[in-house]
Amino acid sequence: MTLLNTLLVVLAAICIPGLINRTRARLAGRKGIRFTQHLHDVRLLLRKGAVYSPTTTVLFRTAPSVILTTSLLAALCIPVGDLRPLVSFDGDLVAFAYLLALGRGALILAAMDTGSSFEGMGASREALYGALVEPALMLTFGTLALISGHTSFASIFEADATGDAKLIVVLLLAAYVLTKIVFTESGRIPVDDPRTHLELTMIHEVMCLDYCGVDLAYVKIGTWLKSAALSMLAADAVAAATCPRWWFAAPLALLLTGLSVGIVESTQARNKLVRNTTFILTITALAALVFFTGYLLRLNIGLQ
Amino acid sequence: MNYLVTDNTAGSIRLEEIPEIAYADFYDLLNGWLADERCHVAHYFALPSGNRMRFYCLVLDDAEGRVLITSHATGYYDETALPSLTARYPQLHPFEREIAERWGIRFDGQPWPKPLRFPFDRYDRQSSIDNYPFYTMAGKSLHEVNVGPIHAGIIEPGAFRFICNGEQVLHLEIALGYQHRGVEAAFTATENRLRQMCLAESIAGDSAVAHATAFAEAIEKLTGRERPAQLDRERVVALELERMAMQIADTGALSMDTGYQLGQVACEALRTMTINTTQAWCGNRFGKGLIRPHGTDHALTPEKSAMIRRNVAEIARRYDEVRRDIESSPSLLARFEQCGVVPRDEMRRIGGVGQAARASGLGRDIRATHPWGSFGKCLSHESIVEEAGDVMARLTVRSREVAQSARYIDRLLSIYEQKYGATENPCGRPDYTSQLAPSSLAFGLVEGWRGETCHVAVTDAEGRLAAYRIKDPSLHNWLALALAVRGEGISDFPICNKSFNLSYCGHDL
Repeated sequence: MTLLNTLLVVLAAICIPGLINRTRARLAGRKGIRFTQHLHDVRLLLRKGAVYSPTTTVLFRTAPSVILTTSLLAALCIPVGDLRPLVSFDGDLVAFAYLLALGRGALILAAMDTGSSFEGMGASREALYGALVEPALMLTFGTLALISGHTSFASIFEADATGDAKLIVVLLLAAYVLTKIVFTESGRIPVDDPRTHLELTMIHEVMCLDYCGVDLAYVKIGTWLKSAALSMLAADAVAAATCPRWWFAAPLALLLTGLSVGIVESTQARNKLVRNTTFILTITALAALVFFTGYLLRLNIGLQ
Repeated sequence: MNYLVTDNTAGSIRLEEIPEIAYADFYDLLNGWLADERCHVAHYFALPSGNRMRFYCLVLDDAEGRVLITSHATGYYDETALPSLTARYPQLHPFEREIAERWGIRFDGQPWPKPLRFPFDRYDRQSSIDNYPFYTMAGKSLHEVNVGPIHAGIIEPGAFRFICNGEQVLHLEIALGYQHRGVEAAFTATENRLRQMCLAESIAGDSAVAHATAFAEAIEKLTGRERPAQLDRERVVALELERMAMQIADTGALSMDTGYQLGQVACEALRTMTINTTQAWCGNRFGKGLIRPHGTDHALTPEKSAMIRRNVAEIARRYDEVRRDIESSPSLLARFEQCGVVPRDEMRRIGGVGQAARASGLGRDIRATHPWGSFGKCLSHESIVEEAGDVMARLTVRSREVAQSARYIDRLLSIYEQKYGATENPCGRPDYTSQLAPSSLAFGLVEGWRGETCHVAVTDAEGRLAAYRIKDPSLHNWLALALAVRGEGISDFPICNKSFNLSYCGHDL
């Protein structure tokens, strides 16, 4: 069962970028690249060596491995519906959040290490948005822990406590917040534009400009795993509210992110950079609201 | 009389007819003209003749449609510095910089005597594009961002140096010249008229028709032969097709830079349809080979005319849908509105031209003020002017001009069908051999899609081209871009840049 769980998370990480591309292509009236194109690209990168700028230090060289490891560890904490994840312990939701933060920190340091003005700007943006999105993430996890009474993802989504009708709305709202966090964390429109070639407007992409070959592949895989883990959490929250089974949660995670990101990227323009702050703070505000709603409902249920 | 008055349809001018006045008088004269908003300088250049250096200046009077030409001269080896006009009228900066850089003329009190394009025949060989000292500012919280000269993708070379406070741009300096090819010199290096014609088409690839028309106009003025009205109409159809294609392409580029995929793909498809229409007419998507002196190799036929009208109507209809989508999309309006504002007053001071000037409320449009060809005859042009001066205003000017150009094309082609439906090539074949008037000056003044395109041809005593001077609208408008991004977030530079879409090779020549 644990093996199936891990497989599903990895599968989600592999399929989500393909599904986003497919959705975007269809909405643009194009045939689109093949579903597995991103895998071929990464396979190509993995076979290439790496070139390092002489101004960089060990920080720059270790960052891709740190990013890949942290994202992988974080993804391994995530259950799919009622399955048990490989890594699970009390408090693993805090570990999850800070594993992601560690990866982000490594990438920021690596970007600063190159000494490029573009990458410095990207790093500063990433640090700002990372700091702003963290409260939203922690509040959402807090809500989940609060209404279920557990601090481990596996127990939260396993526990029947969440099946209460009144908590359904809280779970759905938490899923909504998590989906928005996916947009921010995986650098998608409206926060960031992964397709742009304009260094001055990039956030995530600009920090990877100096990477090539294996290192770039690691960073890419890390990003996939990160967005898959967060999407799976959003799907788990929906599943917990409706049908807490893995065969429901797994496809839901794919569709939720694949379709919503694809549709938003086709029909909407990117935010002006200064408005990203507002966008992310709105997510945090919403997360706070969800937390308090959950808290009040919890009290109410307790009294009955 | 200190100056000569002509207009955009008159013939060539003998060089001795152009009054030559003392620099002090010249200074006063321009001082008087340029104080009034209706006048701006179209061209100002120096030409050595014998042991003298003669400076010609063309000023456009928008109110009365006049072209005012005057000149002054110095000794070739005279090293006296001339009082700079740029100090009072910044719109003269590219011209004075060009004269200073090329001939070593010094202008006293020039606010920023920086080289313009580092031509190979510059006066000071020590000054090089590789060691150009960028403007700097000191401050602990400031940082510099250098972009280019080599850019990602298929963009031409040009260096941009930003001085930023965090995300906010305090100053942008644009250094150009990397694309310098010596086009002006190439015109006089050959006597082959066809070769010169092809050169004119290659001055700036996206304005091939505008530059070719300006060249053909200048040459036809020098030969002094009338051209059939139908030829004018065909040229205007080609010019307006080019305008439509580029305005649509830029709408798509703006959509792309904001990550708005639907607008991007729709505009890319429409632009392809437009340039393919040009290709179906003349065999080249950019209209190369279409504009020729005194005639045409690609005469319209009733079938071609019907095809163009059909396509243009379809493009205009579909583009209008895209326009409505953009104007009703909050996420796009939030990007475009209040972004990259160039106020009207600044635009006037720097001498902005074309659609960028019109978006800032400055109605500079050669089609309306100095009509040539079919303009002022079967087309009475009304400039599209927006007041806001932001990216949205520039986009709106573009989208409204697409609809306007589509109407013009339809009108011109319907006249053709009524008049010449059955005649085979009413314009005749091109003529590359006719004699040019000796010792004369002629200009071609055309409103390309980007703005005022001005070519000046000067012939020698034998009727050969002695000098050829080109001005692309980008020459004025690059400075507008630098002003537009001041105070903006640096991440908004790309959309400000696209909203102008200026030419590197048109500037660098």
